[in-house]
Amino acid sequence: MSEVLALVVLAASLLAAIARWRWAPDWAVAALGALLLLSVGVLSGSGARSALRALGPTVGFLAALLVLADGCRRAGMFDALGSVMALGSRGSSGRLLGMVFLVAAGTTAVLSLDATIVLLTPIVFATAARLRANPRPHVYACSHLANSASLLLPVSNLTNLLAFQASGLSFTRFGALMLLPWLVALAIEWLVLRVSFAGELRRTRGARIGDRPELPRFALAVVGLTLAGFVVSSPLGIAPVWVAAAGALVLAIRQRPRPLELLRAAEPMFLVFVLALGVVVHGASQHGLSSAVDSLVPRGSGLPALLAVAGVSAVVANLLNNLPATLIILPVLAGSGPGSVLAMLVGVNVGPNLTYVGSLATLLWRRIVHAHDQETDMGEFTRLGIRTVVPILLASTGALWLALQVV
Amino acid sequence: MRVVVWIAEDTWEGCVDSAGALLGDDAEVTLLHVSPSDLEAVAARGGARLLGRHPPPPPGPPPRVIAEEEAHALLEAARGRLGRPAEISARRGKIEREVLAACGGADLLVLARDGEPRLEPGSIGPRTRFVLDHAPCQVLLVWPEPPPGLDTIKLPPHLR
Repeated sequence: MSEVLALVVLAASLLAAIARWRWAPDWAVAALGALLLLSVGVLSGSGARSALRALGPTVGFLAALLVLADGCRRAGMFDALGSVMALGSRGSSGRLLGMVFLVAAGTTAVLSLDATIVLLTPIVFATAARLRANPRPHVYACSHLANSASLLLPVSNLTNLLAFQASGLSFTRFGALMLLPWLVALAIEWLVLRVSFAGELRRTRGARIGDRPELPRFALAVVGLTLAGFVVSSPLGIAPVWVAAAGALVLAIRQRPRPLELLRAAEPMFLVFVLALGVVVHGASQHGLSSAVDSLVPRGSGLPALLAVAGVSAVVANLLNNLPATLIILPVLAGSGPGSVLAMLVGVNVGPNLTYVGSLATLLWRRIVHAHDQETDMGEFTRLGIRTVVPILLASTGALWLALQVV
Repeated sequence: MRVVVWIAEDTWEGCVDSAGALLGDDAEVTLLHVSPSDLEAVAARGGARLLGRHPPPPPGPPPRVIAEEEAHALLEAARGRLGRPAEISARRGKIEREVLAACGGADLLVLARDGEPRLEPGSIGPRTRFVLDHAPCQVLLVWPEPPPGLDTIKLPPHLR
């Protein structure tokens, strides 16, 4: 009975997050679900406390990063990046794609995939449209890199933050191990997009490129120093969350946004959702979910084991979305070393590129709700997803195995 | 004769020039552009894929508005380049379907190759090919640049 109740609460929380009902916000469903599991004794008080204690620092880190990215937006960084991309393209669609790759990979790695999806992709669309270049390859590139370029650093993706906390790796070692898998993923994306859009990317014209932009030097310096802070904080024994908080604080002091704006930038309801979902997953894990996942995920640091972990993670991420997939798989892998944790990240980060909405579950839901909505016709995006996800899963996991041998 | 000239970002100049040179004086020209709504959805509502996140839309006009503005600017530029009276029509939706719908009642559709600059099937992109295959009127297929030479045909070795 406990098993069924825990799984029902988990399913309801995920459904609420996917369906986005106004009358049942996901954070409320997950939080009430967690309270229900506590009140009927499916979850013990100490269990809930330990789940919250494990997630707390990660959620704080996430809040600081969200505020930092919002400060960059307020400083005009993404508009400036749009101008930089237009200028660097010199009117050529092929060179524009190169600029989009550089900017999207950098933004994702440093400011996280959220910044690329929410703030950069609309800018890329507008930049291509104003250059009178077909926006399709550039928007697809940006959308894909938000996932596949999020392998590099602990701050690139919420899944990485969770895994970073559990893996015991230092910030620098995490980045060093993921550098090669990240580069391999970028190379495969580049190759597939160049070949798939050869016609669109061939043409060069004297288009309206625009003027040299005013770069937000202060915000760029803060981001650069924050990044350097992450690298040196571990040896000094300072948790990187404090570095991120300091970066966010410096930008906030400089820009002086209204307190409400600052609070909104941290997305408190999202933080509640992450915490509550973590508690619910903890409850479900204690009642059979862990042992079920345990039987699916192989152990070991050999290449076949890593490939299997990445594959299973990609499938689960596509069934449920990558955040719940990470929360479910991570505790099972925590004891088996950083190799399998990082292989899981390859799966949960790259896997969602199969669809533009993040998972097959979400796609299915949107199909049901918007049965006649033309805008959800995403066959081409999905075909491109299949062409990139499978090779990246294989090659980046192989690169990870190699990195584990030498780094 | 009612003529629809379908222009796209990458090829509009050559397409308009060819149409201007080849059409007779009696042609009633409509310049057509279609904005792909699926792409606007990816650009604007990508946030929907971040489970549990409800980010506010970024400041500035949404992709749909930018697409509309740029489509009108492109159509006006094309009309100026054509140098003769022409209607303009900006549509949005699934590109190939919208082009076919715009061809209803037209006598001729002018469209440009949008693929490789060689004499081969790859010189026509998938959406253009769909329109070509299903057009409900006569079709004039033009090169957006000077046509490539016969030497660009890939022949099997024994025919070279």
